[in-house]
Amino acid sequence: MWTEQVRSMIGTGILETLYMTVVSTVFGYLFGLPMGILLCITDKEGLKPNKVIYKILDVIANIVRSIPFLILLILLIPFTRLLLGKSYGSTATIVPLTAAAIPFIARMVESSLKEVDYGVIEAAKAMGASNSRIIFKVLLVEARTSLITGATIAIGTILGYSAMAGAVGGGGLGDIAVRYGYYRYQTDIMLVTVALLIVIVQVFQSVGMFVANRLDRRK
Amino acid sequence: MAIIQIQDVSKKFQTKDGEIDALKHVTLDIEAGDIYGIIGMSGAGKSTLVRCINHIEVPTEGTVIVQDKDLSKLSEKELRKQREHIGMIFQHFNLLMQKSVLENVCFPLFIQGKSKVEAKKKAYELLDIVGLKDRAKAYPSQLSGGQKQRVAIARALASDPQILLCDEATSALDPQTTSSILALLKDINKRFGITIVVITHQMAVVREICNRVAIMKDGQVVENGSTVEIFNHPKSEVARDLLRKDDGGDTTGDDQQTANQIQDGTKIRIVFTENSAFEPVIANMILTFKEPINILKAATKNVGGVAKGEMILEIPSGSTNVKAMEQYLIDRGLELEELSETKTGGAF
Repeated sequence: MWTEQVRSMIGTGILETLYMTVVSTVFGYLFGLPMGILLCITDKEGLKPNKVIYKILDVIANIVRSIPFLILLILLIPFTRLLLGKSYGSTATIVPLTAAAIPFIARMVESSLKEVDYGVIEAAKAMGASNSRIIFKVLLVEARTSLITGATIAIGTILGYSAMAGAVGGGGLGDIAVRYGYYRYQTDIMLVTVALLIVIVQVFQSVGMFVANRLDRRK
Repeated sequence: MAIIQIQDVSKKFQTKDGEIDALKHVTLDIEAGDIYGIIGMSGAGKSTLVRCINHIEVPTEGTVIVQDKDLSKLSEKELRKQREHIGMIFQHFNLLMQKSVLENVCFPLFIQGKSKVEAKKKAYELLDIVGLKDRAKAYPSQLSGGQKQRVAIARALASDPQILLCDEATSALDPQTTSSILALLKDINKRFGITIVVITHQMAVVREICNRVAIMKDGQVVENGSTVEIFNHPKSEVARDLLRKDDGGDTTGDDQQTANQIQDGTKIRIVFTENSAFEPVIANMILTFKEPINILKAATKNVGGVAKGEMILEIPSGSTNVKAMEQYLIDRGLELEELSETKTGGAF
């Protein structure tokens, strides 16, 4: 059964999974990072409290996060088709993946930034730092380790979601696992894809933690 | 014209349990070149007051005028500019933990738009002043508390401020380190003529470096004046309390409490100034009045560089000579004050 065909299929699966995960994470941060920063600074105790903005973002984050990913995937089919012209395949899966990742990442960023000691922010204020300087030179720098740890968790979660997208023809290792393992009872192929997913998550996790520790100056 | 004028400042905080008056109509003038102590127990409002001086806390009422500028009338941008003239250091140092010592000191210089080269050069000069030039590449987590505070001082001085605010700057430090930080602050005050405002709950800190002091309680200034004056004639209860808690050791921090063994009798606190230390006043008084005077506490304290003797005496209850003995001490040039029962009860 380990024909050339199967091997190349699994190879493509790995690449597709990495493609979906990485691109979705990048897009997720593109929108999730600013959203997280806004959540942090518009909060009651934030740099620039703003009840309205906070509430709007808060509600959006909660709604999107409470929709199960599989449902979100289906709900977003019309939108994906509008955007890319088709709703299946790994590129199309990036759309719902990013949509799910944004609020998740925003919450991670928000909680990382809120961990920064208020005293340091106060010191920066006392030195005459503007809010944007405080955000970019204090908050994001001091929260660096926590942000990277958060990114590691986010990438693992997105990878998991991408495998789920296999159920509706999303491509990648998850797709292979569903098609061969579930529909064709080829348990061995399923096990191999699952093992590969585990390895990928493990690699991301180790690299993330290594970088986070490497950049932490507190120890 | 005072460099800092706090006029009728009040600050209210909204909390879950209702409104809290952190400051109630505080008026204070701090002259240029002063080392001005603001002392009080925790919750007295002193930290809020010091934050009003750079408008990190905006007063609910009243005005704060710093270097002839009414802070409430400044735009956001002007206020940030003004803050560059007001350095601040904190109890927990508040350094950027992910940045090196050098980068921490460079931070305010970058705010001022200095180039990397200029900032580095200046940062090295400042680290030299605080004696940490060789630790420039270290990270705050590798430094001791005293060293961290020195970095914070270097950072606060980076923008050439005319005012330095110290919020409990020595409260997290051990006695030796406290002394060295206080010496550094005194030196900075002398060398650069920077006005320093010191927030503390330790009388010893005030004694060691402040020339003037304000005593706060429940959001109000209950007493203010020169440190020597308040040490000699504390008028308010809080001032006496703080003086009594001051165990005379220099900035040791722990409130060593002497047991109050004898409950009755009249207690008086006397302060010896330099010239009254020659005559054996107490011995002579005992011989004159033939009364068994009890010495409850005696200490020498350093007040602004001058040695002051402080003693608490107890005259036995039933003595008819209390007034006469007090007069005897006053005649010999001692500062004297009678302590009521409630004031001594347990507190010292």
